[in-house]
Amino acid sequence: MTAPATASRTLAMVERNFMLYRRSVTPLLSAMVEPVLYLAAIGVGVGLLVGDVPGVHVRYAAWVAPAILATTAMNTAFNQTSFGVFTRIRADRTYEAIIPTPLSIVDIAYGEVVSAVVNAVLTSIGFVVVMAVTGLVTSAGVLLAVPASVLVGFAFAAGGLAATTFLRDFADFQYVQLVMLPMYLFATTFYPLWTYPAALRPLVEILPLYQSIQLVREPALGHLGWSVLVPVAYLLAFGTLAMRIATRRMARLMLT
Amino acid sequence: MWREFTYWLLQYKRTWRGTIVISVANPLLFLLGIGAGLGHLVDRHAPAQIAGVSYLAFFAPGMLAAAAMQTGFIESAGRVAMAAGFDGSYRAATTTPLTPAQIMAGHLLFIAFRLATSAAAFVVVMLAFRVTHGWWTLGALAGALLTGLAFGAPAAAWAVGLRQTRHINSVFRFVIMPMYLFSGTFFAVAELPGWLRPVAYALPLYHGAALCRTLSLGTATLAGTAVHAGILLALAVAGIAAARVAYRRRLHP
Repeated sequence: MTAPATASRTLAMVERNFMLYRRSVTPLLSAMVEPVLYLAAIGVGVGLLVGDVPGVHVRYAAWVAPAILATTAMNTAFNQTSFGVFTRIRADRTYEAIIPTPLSIVDIAYGEVVSAVVNAVLTSIGFVVVMAVTGLVTSAGVLLAVPASVLVGFAFAAGGLAATTFLRDFADFQYVQLVMLPMYLFATTFYPLWTYPAALRPLVEILPLYQSIQLVREPALGHLGWSVLVPVAYLLAFGTLAMRIATRRMARLMLT
Repeated sequence: MWREFTYWLLQYKRTWRGTIVISVANPLLFLLGIGAGLGHLVDRHAPAQIAGVSYLAFFAPGMLAAAAMQTGFIESAGRVAMAAGFDGSYRAATTTPLTPAQIMAGHLLFIAFRLATSAAAFVVVMLAFRVTHGWWTLGALAGALLTGLAFGAPAAAWAVGLRQTRHINSVFRFVIMPMYLFSGTFFAVAELPGWLRPVAYALPLYHGAALCRTLSLGTATLAGTAVHAGILLALAVAGIAAARVAYRRRLHP
């Protein structure tokens, strides 16, 4: 039987993860490098070739930027609870050292997810700054990307944690990649939904990254309406479900 | 040399499934997502803007070269560093009559085999999309192999003496990734601001992408091909020469 998580014990796990930054913040900075490069190469570089996109009233780079922000929040949170957690289970054996302490496995799970969300928010703030500096901000609604990244981070942190409980070895991460990469490429990050045949659109719309991009991009381009509640509800439900799967399976795996 | 090659081949027979995603599925997904998907937007805006061909036909050979670079680098640096490590397979190989140079040659031969098979899979898809045709296809395949070796051989020379494998990730993130995006793979180098262009022309992947592209589109000139291939070949040969020294140093201390 697992004890329910408590706030103070969860925070102990969060504190442990953030103490690492005292030694080096390079992991956090390097999480920013790749999206900024993609923004420059595809948003600006390929953007020159794309020109005006029908149905999009801003230049291509300004349209792509919020989506890359959403993918950055996704990747930051997801990597922390997938590759990061798996390393701490398998290679570093961090949790083996934690289990004899008052922390339960559920505390660890919540602590990892909270740390991942904080990281997602930090990289999102960083990316908003990059957008502002490079003149890609078209509306003050871009600031809503910061609270949005809490939800995006929660959904993907929980999803990553749940996925990790199914992995047997580091080699299995390629299957994770086989899900994440197509999602990154096809969830309307780089081109709008109408470019797909009508029959395929529902398949794109049920992707969690599509919902995350909607949640960040629409307000960032100045379209704020009630429809924003759809991705909010979706991501909350997705994250809660994934969290349940993750905590149950982790409790069984770690035999607590 | 053959023995070292067959060792890696035997190991690969058991583990090839683990590499399919990174070396075959990844580039194909980019081809589909960026080439076909984003290409749709590019082509409706300016169909004849990039060398008069579709964006997919422009992007595919660039991706072919870029994928060869990534496979060449990861396959070489990652595995060489591990094999040269404390309990790596090189340690066992040095106790046999194999010389360090033979171990190096056998491993590079295996990397060439991996490059050729991955690139062949990609080229088959290019043929299916009808973005390349005829004998030119084989030229593009050879170009990809050369590009991969131009990265793989120097990477092996560097990685064999490496004590900490985390440096490989840093080099991948800060050297290979930017090169992947700005070497004329996704968009032509001519589009870059004037002061950046000379930098791009100096990147090895620029020559790999240009070599594969002109060959796959059938627009290659003898002089251009000679320059691109010559630079890549020089890198590969220099890498092999450096690797001979580095292997001897690390394996016969």
